[in-house]
Amino acid sequence: MSGIVRYGSYVPYFRLTRAAIGGGRGERAAASYDEDAASMAVEAARDALRDGPSVDHLLFATLAPPYAEKLDAATVQAGLNLPKHISASDLGGSSRAGLNTLLLGADLATAGRSPLVVLSDLSVGAPGGARESGGGDAAAAFILGSDDDSGARFIGRASCTEELLDVWRTHDSTFPKQWEERFGASVMLPLLTGTLQHALEDAGVAPDKIKTLIVDSTNVRVNRTLPAAAGFEKEQVADDLIATVGRAGVAHAGLLLASVLDTAEPGDLIAIAVGADGADAAVLEVTDKIAAARPKHSVARWLENKRNDLAYNAYLKWRGILPFEPPRRPDPPRPAGPPMQRGEGWKYGFVGGRCTSCGSANLPPQRVCVVCGAVDQMEDEAFADAECKIATFTLDRLAYSLQPPVVAAVVDFEKGGRINCQLTDLDPDSVAIGDELEMTFRKMYTAEGVHNYFWKARPLR
Amino acid sequence: MASNGICDRVAIVGMGCTAFGERWDKSAGDLLIDAANDAYQSAGVDPDQVDAYWLGTTGGTSGLTLSLPLKIQYKPVTRVENMCATGSEALRNACYAVASGAYDLVCAIGVEKLKDSGFSGLTGGGPPSDGTESGLTAPANFSLLAPAYAKKYGVGEDTLKDVISQIAYKNHFNGAQNERAQYQKIVPIEKIKNSPKIAGMLGIFDCSGVSDGSAAAIVCRTEDAHKYSDHPIYVKALSFVAGPAEGSMRQDYDFTTFPEVVASAEDAYRQAGIENAREQISMAEVHDCFTPTELVLMEDLGFSERGQAWQDTLDGRFDLDGAQPINPDGGLKSFGHPIGASGLRMMYEMWLQLRGEAGSRQIKDPKLGLTHNLGGAPGRCVSFVSIVGDQLAA
Repeated sequence: MSGIVRYGSYVPYFRLTRAAIGGGRGERAAASYDEDAASMAVEAARDALRDGPSVDHLLFATLAPPYAEKLDAATVQAGLNLPKHISASDLGGSSRAGLNTLLLGADLATAGRSPLVVLSDLSVGAPGGARESGGGDAAAAFILGSDDDSGARFIGRASCTEELLDVWRTHDSTFPKQWEERFGASVMLPLLTGTLQHALEDAGVAPDKIKTLIVDSTNVRVNRTLPAAAGFEKEQVADDLIATVGRAGVAHAGLLLASVLDTAEPGDLIAIAVGADGADAAVLEVTDKIAAARPKHSVARWLENKRNDLAYNAYLKWRGILPFEPPRRPDPPRPAGPPMQRGEGWKYGFVGGRCTSCGSANLPPQRVCVVCGAVDQMEDEAFADAECKIATFTLDRLAYSLQPPVVAAVVDFEKGGRINCQLTDLDPDSVAIGDELEMTFRKMYTAEGVHNYFWKARPLR
Repeated sequence: MASNGICDRVAIVGMGCTAFGERWDKSAGDLLIDAANDAYQSAGVDPDQVDAYWLGTTGGTSGLTLSLPLKIQYKPVTRVENMCATGSEALRNACYAVASGAYDLVCAIGVEKLKDSGFSGLTGGGPPSDGTESGLTAPANFSLLAPAYAKKYGVGEDTLKDVISQIAYKNHFNGAQNERAQYQKIVPIEKIKNSPKIAGMLGIFDCSGVSDGSAAAIVCRTEDAHKYSDHPIYVKALSFVAGPAEGSMRQDYDFTTFPEVVASAEDAYRQAGIENAREQISMAEVHDCFTPTELVLMEDLGFSERGQAWQDTLDGRFDLDGAQPINPDGGLKSFGHPIGASGLRMMYEMWLQLRGEAGSRQIKDPKLGLTHNLGGAPGRCVSFVSIVGDQLAA
């Protein structure tokens, strides 16, 4: 079979406390106004790809695709500066697509390919409802490969599919609906229990040999009762991250798996069961290569680094649920297809130029070197992971933003080059000259139905 | 040489300037008609006598923006645009056309109608793009100067706030004596200091206003000047530079200077034979789009030593009764910045001052005046400098 060679996760910086919504414990992760499923996918996958193996297929799953028609996986591919020759697919449909896509990736790896699976979701619910409060936004990414290269390998799996009116949403509605929870539980609990048991049988292990059980389904009651029904002890069950992130749709199972892998020991057996419109389950064995599979950012690190004073009305504005008074400024212009195509490396991949004549960095890439004037002597060079710091900055209270003030800085890169860009994920009062930053792929704005992606800088997370 | 210059070969023999402000009652065409008529009258000429026009505006396109409202009869009208230096650019090109001998009498005119958009501040708009621009507003871009200047010269932020507030106070003080200004009131310094923040350290009173307006100049060769005016003013220097925008890409740019301004000032001083701008320039109209801009310009134009403009400002050197009055008409601060008109509005004040017609703002016996216009942002801009005087060089 195959396994997970590298992985990464991403939890956005902002948290909406359930108290701010009107009650409940804990908080949910909230993608910022400048994030969407594609941008979060890039953030999670960058960590998996950093100094990692090359990939030849990108599977991108979300229930919140930025475009109804247009390949979002292509945006992710470009944001990751992946080679053009890879294949790419968008998947989704129900939150089951999380583990399901990961297993699809495992099949591709078994067939000798090197897929990157990225699971990313924004869980949006009608104001006042359980989905809004209990949902979360996050992403996880996995590079799959051969058993020998894996930090965790699949040793058993099972699936089943059931036509069931549980959670649904039509194309023209904003919020999903869910049937009565008791009905869903009566159908799903036996399905999920059976599927998990089949996966265990496939792996040839008993429940008591499993170090950690990961459970995720659309039904809270099922999540609570499944472990005992399938013969597991409470101590074996992984934190469901509902109190800190919320259920992040398609991304949730992947986020939980990443979180477990962050601290797993070689030899650990992990079982994962996901229920929605049927069920998928798998058993993984952690190998001695797990340390090499780990990302720079653990889930715990993402969780630590946060701002949880987000106001409920700001959140509703960000999601387009609450209308608001626009600034007395022109709407931002729709970016145009041809210049985006010409500058794709810079815009999506943050690929700058390096003058081969004098060695100077040129950001964005220039045909005539800004330092020595050499013409057409520029080589591509990736800057997305380059270290940088604030040369000077300002707070712009006039510029259009869903989170004013716009914080903008002149950013100097350690390896040369300067850009003027927006900062994000920070407290505007805490910015100082000399602060270290890192680049992050964002959606600047959407104009006339076109999402404008580019890079911003953020304080180190 | 960077440029040969046309020192004393061209004269301004008439000027006009509308009141600047929220001119809800006037279209761009109306403002052009008013400014042109003022200028014709000032030079004592009929429109028929004017051979060619240079129109500075960022709003309307083509010569029709001028020829249609004025009903210009089949004459060349060149529309020019060079960001916020557009008005000056119209004048520069008009002067060169006269100096070349191509025309005898020409008109440079600028106009902008900003208030009709309903937006706050200036609004850009360029060709279709890839959407990777930072999207910062003008005040945010220029606000970058303040902390950089404070840090480089060890000026405390409170002191710097005093300095830029003093610049705003001074310009409003001058504008309060100008019937054409958009704002004609002295603003108490405390009100300036405590005004709502717009960007960085800049409050609303650190920003120039948004207004409508138009101004025009009639230009001929020096030898013809007295045919039209008994007190012409002579063009000593015209310089315009566009920078390579390296400040936005190179780490060695520190946001305490505009290299483009330094280059255009050096060029202009060479053309006019100025060796010491601090001593020889009697007065100047400079591009005070935001108060830190004026501060930095004092050093880039050579009116202050590096790192000393803040002290010179506090010492009153640039006040109306100071050693080197800056923006005696109230500047962009009091006039707002109808982009195509501003450069010619600056020249209009030089025209009044050199002819002794500036009323209560009159500077005693000015010899040489300078106008400075800037377009863009720190690190990537264009700069214009002119020098004018009412005496021909010996």
